[in-house]
Amino acid sequence: MSSKTASTNNIAQARRTVQQLRLEASIERIKVSKASADLMSYCEEHARSDPLLVGIPASENPFKDKKTCIIL
Amino acid sequence: MCDQTFLVNVFGSCDKCLKQRALRPVFKKSQQLSYCSICAEIMATDGLHENETLAALKSEAESLKGKLEEERAKLHDVELHQVAERVEALGQFVMKTRRTLKGHGNKVLCMDWCKDKRRMVSSSQDGKVIVWDSFTTNKEHAVTMPCTWVMACAYAPSGCAIACGGLDNKCSVYPLTFDKNENMAAKKKSVAMHTNYLSACSFTNSDMQILTASGDGTCALWDVESGQLLQSFHGHTADVLCLDLAPSETGNTFVSGGCDKKAMVWDMRSGQRVQAFETHESDINSVRYYPSGDAFASGSDDATCRLYDLRADREVAIYSKESILFGASSVDFSLSGRLLFAGYNDYTINVWDVLKGSRVSILFGHENRVSTLRVSPDGTAFCSGSWDHTLRV
Repeated sequence: MSSKTASTNNIAQARRTVQQLRLEASIERIKVSKASADLMSYCEEHARSDPLLVGIPASENPFKDKKTCIIL
Repeated sequence: MCDQTFLVNVFGSCDKCLKQRALRPVFKKSQQLSYCSICAEIMATDGLHENETLAALKSEAESLKGKLEEERAKLHDVELHQVAERVEALGQFVMKTRRTLKGHGNKVLCMDWCKDKRRMVSSSQDGKVIVWDSFTTNKEHAVTMPCTWVMACAYAPSGCAIACGGLDNKCSVYPLTFDKNENMAAKKKSVAMHTNYLSACSFTNSDMQILTASGDGTCALWDVESGQLLQSFHGHTADVLCLDLAPSETGNTFVSGGCDKKAMVWDMRSGQRVQAFETHESDINSVRYYPSGDAFASGSDDATCRLYDLRADREVAIYSKESILFGASSVDFSLSGRLLFAGYNDYTINVWDVLKGSRVSILFGHENRVSTLRVSPDGTAFCSGSWDHTLRV
């Protein structure tokens, strides 16, 4: 009995793998050139608002240590 | 099957068991035999019969895999860095450590930012989970988990709760309260139950659902309130080490990476695997979606980080250098997606230009492996946690 269930399990697994692969093989794909162009345009669009890319003025940087005022 | 009626034409000795029974015609390799009804049933689920089908299925699987590769290769007309040649190069980067957060008694394993861009939660090997205010470096909350090696922690989108888990095989949600008298551990809610350690967890767009990844090879989606399993995702053949949710508001996909060197993209609602990528040569330690949601990067023990495009369905860039020998433990993108920050096991953080594939900068400072790295929600800073017990912003 156990050998029968083991082999039916293998079949069921193999069937699932084949179905999954069929699904994946049939998905719509676009050319790498188009995908790269899209990635690049996204970068360019958002580059200006990226603080790590363009840097922010010290007054706005919340992590910059503020110098304390010395009262003479 | 019990109410099958058939005409019995022949009564005689069965070709298989040789007993005197009512016989049915059975076709085996286009040869007609006569079996009794019992043997006919056995034939239907017989090993010999199965081996034929199993082999056929296996060969079909192989041919489909080959076809998949072919289809992907067909669209590979150009490399990303070739297309990016016309983009201007980035200048020199100067990034300094602005804050060092000390307080963990042992290796920092994971951290996450709060949506308010200033608070963060971090977890460590000694079982402590601490919520920090990164501007003032104050510790706002601290919880001690009953297990060590808290490998995953996440901040809820509302900022009112944190989730963490590790060797205890479950994910616990703690609501954050500012009442000094309340004991946080008392309000703990166990949400997820896995059969092996929890390696990663993340809240979905709301506080009500959590996605977890575990060493038992599965990912699962849970409802926080009831603790019920909403969906489980099977497909990895080894421990799942990391996951990341698609950034869009309506997004319902996520990517996971594991010790089986595969990165898989899943549909959260159906539990189906959508795409799989297997080009890494070793365990994938970290995956992160590109800000637009059309691609994701992965960092692995094979010392490379790779960028995979979801619509082109293939790897489009590799970030590696011969001088880098240690695995990448954690990756994250800057806000625009132009920079990829990767923390390595050789105590450094490398900053890569995503489009050109070149290294922009290398950051030193940690005295042990960098185990986790996240860019803050507004992109003004990034935090790295390390085995040297500290976090740096």
